[in-house]
Amino acid sequence: MSIWSESTQSRAKEILAKYPEKRSAVMPLLYLAMAEDGWLTEEGMTEVAEWVGITPAQVQSVASFYTMFKRERTGKYLVSLCTSISCMLLGSDDVLAAIEDESGVPHGETDEEGLISVEHAECIGACGGAVACQVNYELIEGLTAEKGRELVRWLKKARPEAVNTDEMQELFGGQRSFEWALPSDVGAAGPFPAFEPYGTATKDPQ
Amino acid sequence: MSYPKVITKRMEDHPTDSHTIERYEATGGYVQAKAAVAKTRDELVETVKESGLLGRGGAAFSTGLKWSFLAPARPAYLVVNGDESEPGTFKDRQLLERDPHQMLEGVIITAIANEVHHAFVYIRGEYPKPARRLQDAVDEAYVKGYFGKGIFGSEYDLELTVHLGGGAYICGEETALINSLEGQRGEPRLKPPYFPAAKGLYMMPTIVNNVETMANIPHIFEMGVDAYRALGHGDDTGTFMTSLSGHVNKPGNYELPHGITWRELIYDVGGGVPGDRELKMWIPGGASAPWFNPDDHLDLPITKGDTGQAGSMLGSGAVVVMDDTTCVVRAAERVVRFFSHESCGQCTPCREGTTWLEMILRRIEDGQGRPIDADLLLDVSDNISVGLAWPPRQTTICPLGPSAVSPITSIMRHFNDEVMAHITEGACPLAKTEVHA
Repeated sequence: MSIWSESTQSRAKEILAKYPEKRSAVMPLLYLAMAEDGWLTEEGMTEVAEWVGITPAQVQSVASFYTMFKRERTGKYLVSLCTSISCMLLGSDDVLAAIEDESGVPHGETDEEGLISVEHAECIGACGGAVACQVNYELIEGLTAEKGRELVRWLKKARPEAVNTDEMQELFGGQRSFEWALPSDVGAAGPFPAFEPYGTATKDPQ
Repeated sequence: MSYPKVITKRMEDHPTDSHTIERYEATGGYVQAKAAVAKTRDELVETVKESGLLGRGGAAFSTGLKWSFLAPARPAYLVVNGDESEPGTFKDRQLLERDPHQMLEGVIITAIANEVHHAFVYIRGEYPKPARRLQDAVDEAYVKGYFGKGIFGSEYDLELTVHLGGGAYICGEETALINSLEGQRGEPRLKPPYFPAAKGLYMMPTIVNNVETMANIPHIFEMGVDAYRALGHGDDTGTFMTSLSGHVNKPGNYELPHGITWRELIYDVGGGVPGDRELKMWIPGGASAPWFNPDDHLDLPITKGDTGQAGSMLGSGAVVVMDDTTCVVRAAERVVRFFSHESCGQCTPCREGTTWLEMILRRIEDGQGRPIDADLLLDVSDNISVGLAWPPRQTTICPLGPSAVSPITSIMRHFNDEVMAHITEGACPLAKTEVHA
């Protein structure tokens, strides 16, 4: 018996069909498990093991290798601030300090309510738009310390169902790495990447 | 200054819809893929070999030669490396978001050339928007019959799966990427025996090519080998993408001809250093590359050969510019921290060495450095990459560990006085890198 909802189960079947060997579906299914529970629970990993036909220990071994599989309770909004070389040169450490201060969450931790987690990230590929930030992996380029504070206040007050990169860039962003062209109309409702084939993308209600 | 555009031409000419299949086909798209169906493997491989195209992921290995090494066992697989994670690099993100069909046409041609019937595009997990844009493009191409059963009305079947990574830089290393795609930990495999062209995905022959490499393929066939070679400079054929960031007035991705100088790149293309401050140093090819400085390197032409002779590499095409307010210890610490964080932990010199380098740099920057620390940095580095030579010698399975040595040798060779001042003064002489808006 699967612990997953009917729609998640049919999604899992579609994902498995995309690969010549079942085991390749481990990472997509881990994202599916995160979307189901909000973060990666032990039960979620055990469920993935059953779908793929390997042991829970093998799944945990894979999950523990990658930073994006959050095996601890993570906030509805995961704020990841890049502090690698290009962003550091443009002041990312001050932006991170502002975000930590405004949210009351030191990097690597989650607030008591389970609303916001803060982490510093290694290069997220937006160096031309330093300082770069992601909320649930939705990108904001050209973030400043003041805009970082505004972002945190907005997350706390507006509590959007899903966050979307284009919307947040408009509200809080600055210099971009390049012109983005057409906006995307989906968003991320939890600390995992929003990608339709994985069932992890949510239509942005706004 | 204007340079000829090839892989960024469509997005420049048609900024609002360069990502759609309608625009792609209206500007000559998928003609070469359709033609490729009727061509032989030898014909396709030879053309790419003659074009001189070098892989754009960082290793700059001949793409055609790589294809020619494919072992005869079947099924063979194609994996496109879109795990772009080298600090400073963001070119593939733009190619995926703004012109995904161009890359997909390259995928189709590459698949046919290598008798592949299932291709994968591995995109880093932190790139959901590029992945969404690519998946939309893939769906459009499936509807048109360019992927799926009997592509372009032929007998040739080709499936394509877009796969998201999990936030591990090391998966950009091709054997780690293959492990990751198999649902394993992203740990690099030993070469030999695990050369992907012989034993790759599911232990079958596999071609791993970068996104920008794929984007070049249709153009080689469209303009022909001679015209493609003529775009370049000697052995460096075609154009190249550079991601410019750090202390420059105009950061961004630029498609450029090989052979222009660093001065032209930083001052003409990039608009120079903000506030007319002095250029102190720059990283010429991603975080793994030893740094350049204005005294020695500003007028060197940007080619693989010239950069290599000067002791560095063009790598992933990422150029990070640092002005005279930048503390070299702090900058090196940030680059080393990256490698320490991203080390997969298999090999002791890398796992332990990068951690120690990071800790020593941090205490020097914090004013807690000891007189022995400068020697200690070199000693630990020597244990990771014996002799601190270029190209680096490797004590590890993959080049990640030796990459962490590049910033150390860069600052010890060119900025030894500044490093020592931290230790003797017990504080960073630049206090803190100034913030520029």
